[in-house]
Amino acid sequence: MIDTLRLTAEQAAGLLESGELSGDELAGTYVEAIGERDPELHAYLHVVGEPGNGVPIALKDNITTRGVPTTAGSRILEGYVPVFDSTVATRVKEAGLPLIGKTNLDEFAMGSSTENSAYGPSRNPWDPERVPGGSSGGTAAAVAGGLAPWGLGSDTGGSIKQPASLCGLVGLRPTYGTVSRYGIVAFASSLDQVGPITKTVRDCARLYATIAGRDACDSTTVELPEAVAVPDAEDLKGIRIGIPKELNEAEGIEPGVSAAVAKAIELAESLGAEVGECRLPRSVDYGLACYYLVAPAEASSNLARYDGVRYGFRAAGDGDLTALYSRTRWEGFGPEPRRRILIGTYALSAGYYDAFYGQAQKVRTVIAQEHAAAFEDYDLLLSPTSPTVAFKVGDKAENPLAMYLSDLLTIPSNMAGLPGLSIPCGLSEGLPVGLQILGPQFSENLMFRAGHALEQAIAFDFVPERLRA
Amino acid sequence: MAITREDVLHVARLARLEIPEGEVDRMRDELGAILEAVGKVAELDLSDVEPTSHPLAVVNEWREDQPRPSLSPEDALANAPDPVEGAFRVPAVGS
Repeated sequence: MIDTLRLTAEQAAGLLESGELSGDELAGTYVEAIGERDPELHAYLHVVGEPGNGVPIALKDNITTRGVPTTAGSRILEGYVPVFDSTVATRVKEAGLPLIGKTNLDEFAMGSSTENSAYGPSRNPWDPERVPGGSSGGTAAAVAGGLAPWGLGSDTGGSIKQPASLCGLVGLRPTYGTVSRYGIVAFASSLDQVGPITKTVRDCARLYATIAGRDACDSTTVELPEAVAVPDAEDLKGIRIGIPKELNEAEGIEPGVSAAVAKAIELAESLGAEVGECRLPRSVDYGLACYYLVAPAEASSNLARYDGVRYGFRAAGDGDLTALYSRTRWEGFGPEPRRRILIGTYALSAGYYDAFYGQAQKVRTVIAQEHAAAFEDYDLLLSPTSPTVAFKVGDKAENPLAMYLSDLLTIPSNMAGLPGLSIPCGLSEGLPVGLQILGPQFSENLMFRAGHALEQAIAFDFVPERLRA
Repeated sequence: MAITREDVLHVARLARLEIPEGEVDRMRDELGAILEAVGKVAELDLSDVEPTSHPLAVVNEWREDQPRPSLSPEDALANAPDPVEGAFRVPAVGS
């Protein structure tokens, strides 16, 4: 009898290799678990249960899959069945990983809780009254709830790191340009990156190795400078770790979160790291404002494609072509995409461009420079991933600005194009706390090494307490 | 950042969003609050800073123009709400 709550992808691969289990049996076990627990968690939008010989995988529903519905959590893509595969879906297929299903997300990946999904929120396996985070909350709920051994999400302002943090999992936002965006439903193209959500750092490295690398279909991708190394180091000797004051002392960080992160920093020191304080003076203060101009501006352009003509929802009614566009878009988009399209259009419109979008692009330069300066003295930076543990469904749903603060600590490094790894580092009020590990561009191997060493020392149990056998 | 009903209607027209009359005031308040928060970027004097539009220092790429298979007309129309005779049917433009 397999305990899907505890089984890692690496262990699953071992069972398949030794012949203890067939791929079909393994896939069937997950489909059974979905039948049992997904009515409560609502992690999946479409269950596929593909047979195969590899370790099955869950994909966020903004990752285009040929022949399998891809809604991006939006009514405007209801019923859309892609006629092509995204590059990451192709790579996952080529690696022999059968698709379990497509997971829930905030509409167009805009949100931090999955409550903006047109198909209803997912629930946190640690406490179903709480959100799993977002926007990749469906993938996180699926992995933490034992409904997938691993999965892919996408991260624009923190949409992999934050749900991984809230669900007690490992999540990697890769360096911009290392994972192809071809076939990923576009939100903010200078920020969107696909990455793994897993139970262990080793699983994360394995899945990253599967999807990363240059893709001729996405001209912003690059070759990895070195092959992905699955980590096994147990110490942090020779690694200089900076603790950015502003990321660790920002207003709104819960005391229990700070305490768990402080313990992890002490552990890092005891594992041999050289730890010191550093500053990101303007990155945290201005990061959120910068992000909520740049991302909506890019979104307003990217979402112009939904017009009710070529695919997706079309509104009924009379009138000319412009009336058809305008009615389809208002009825097809939910409240958050509408808000972001309007903010972005405003920030890009004549008379406001320089003061809003142009200024935000300059703030982005400042943020990148501040991070580069920190990495002159340090190899990695540590902070909380999310200021809070998982919050209750409904708590922030009516207040967009309160919801935006969920990404306060993940946004600055994202604006700078840097990778980030979140690993669980303890509990606060019985709920998981995530530790954010930041590094320079292309430092994934170092982040995996440090993440793995810390993971071993922290010995966090990723099975939600209420579900432990 | 005070924005007016007219601003909301203007931007909604640019974005092709048919905002119902009853929602304009609420949207004005929501957008006003967000714009006030993001308007914080104006506090910094960045006159000598170059803007960043992309996180990687990549330049435009060129490749040979080589014919490759592309979507068939059937595939291209497979998700169309109103396909007709190999085309996307739409209402008259500016009727």
